[in-house]
Amino acid sequence: MSGSSNLVAMKKIVQQLRFEASINRVKVSQAAADLQQFCMQNALQDPLLTGVSSSTNPFRPQKVCSFL
Amino acid sequence: MGEMDTLKKEADGLKAQIEAGRKAVNDTTMATLASGVAAAPRVQLKNRKTLKGHLAKIYGLHWSADNRHMVSASQDGKLLIWDTYTGNKVYAVPLKSSWVMSCSMAPSGNLVASGGLDNMCTIANIKGASPKTLRELDAHEGYLSHSRFLNDSEILTASGDTTCCLWDLETGKQKVIYKSHVGDCMCLAVSPDQNTFISGACDSSAKLWDIRDGGCKQTFIGHTSDINAIAFYPSGTAVITGSDDCTLKMYDLRADQEVNGYQDAALNAGVTSVSLSSSGRLIFAGYDNFNCNIWDSLKAEKVGVLSGHDNRVSCIGVPDDGLGVCTGSWDSFLKIWN
Repeated sequence: MSGSSNLVAMKKIVQQLRFEASINRVKVSQAAADLQQFCMQNALQDPLLTGVSSSTNPFRPQKVCSFL
Repeated sequence: MGEMDTLKKEADGLKAQIEAGRKAVNDTTMATLASGVAAAPRVQLKNRKTLKGHLAKIYGLHWSADNRHMVSASQDGKLLIWDTYTGNKVYAVPLKSSWVMSCSMAPSGNLVASGGLDNMCTIANIKGASPKTLRELDAHEGYLSHSRFLNDSEILTASGDTTCCLWDLETGKQKVIYKSHVGDCMCLAVSPDQNTFISGACDSSAKLWDIRDGGCKQTFIGHTSDINAIAFYPSGTAVITGSDDCTLKMYDLRADQEVNGYQDAALNAGVTSVSLSSSGRLIFAGYDNFNCNIWDSLKAEKVGVLSGHDNRVSCIGVPDDGLGVCTGSWDSFLKIWN
């Protein structure tokens, strides 16, 4: 009966919404400040921000050795 | 009929309650907070390597945990495993079905997974004399859009049948099924602590799941079209989503809402893929318009672009050590930038 399966589905949706409505939320100011702090703390170790020097760049095209 | 109406009323009431709860903690914007932060340097990344070898559109790529190898999947019917330092192909895994949509590599480097319109996730062992199919995970009723290994015996999959699933690779059976989305699941990402994962779907929502008990913990709304790409912020406390609505959004898990949006009136191409630099400051987003835009995650400003592909950028990835970013495209090439 599609009627009763719709009912079952709807009950599940309501149950899920009840759960989601009950969670504790942290203020955006606090959450955003923490994200920002994480970013800043890790910035110096982020190679794509600081740049990768040629000598340590593993992707740099290999230099070709030539015999003089 | 009465009971259905009562339930619908309750659902609407709960949605309003959630909206009110989110508004109550929405005391500032990320942009306001970030105004005091120094601008990210203008990012000029160079194309260091172009990996050539696929003969058709590339649909997925995934870096190995060793930061050096990478697996890519193409509709030419092959998975290729690359040594990105030399540009050489190390293994080629022929696929039974060429309609592949995603690929992934286990943290150990021993296994790779692929799947697509065959509705299956095929696991291959690449550490023998030649790649061998280990398992065919066959229970999804829709296409396989994404997969990620937890370890050599467990893998998560996302499917067009609107569910995600955790599989036991010893038995080949489903362990946990994650049901709540009402649209095709397009992408998933595992939290740094491996206790939760996040999924994005064609119902325009992203959901946070408890891996072990299968429960949906939080649902994030706001996008107005399919979410094609999703990634965890390295802190594990936020997620970034990319959508066909041409925008990216950052949702904070603790504030339970969107805290930043990345969009540009001039941009009218859908986002196909997303990846973050190791500090989370830079967001790399691939678009349908052949480019990859680089966003400052805090200030929500565009700070660079990776251009060089001749077709849609379908996948992006940054290795764990953050030393570069790789883009994969429908033009059949993979490019590494730093």
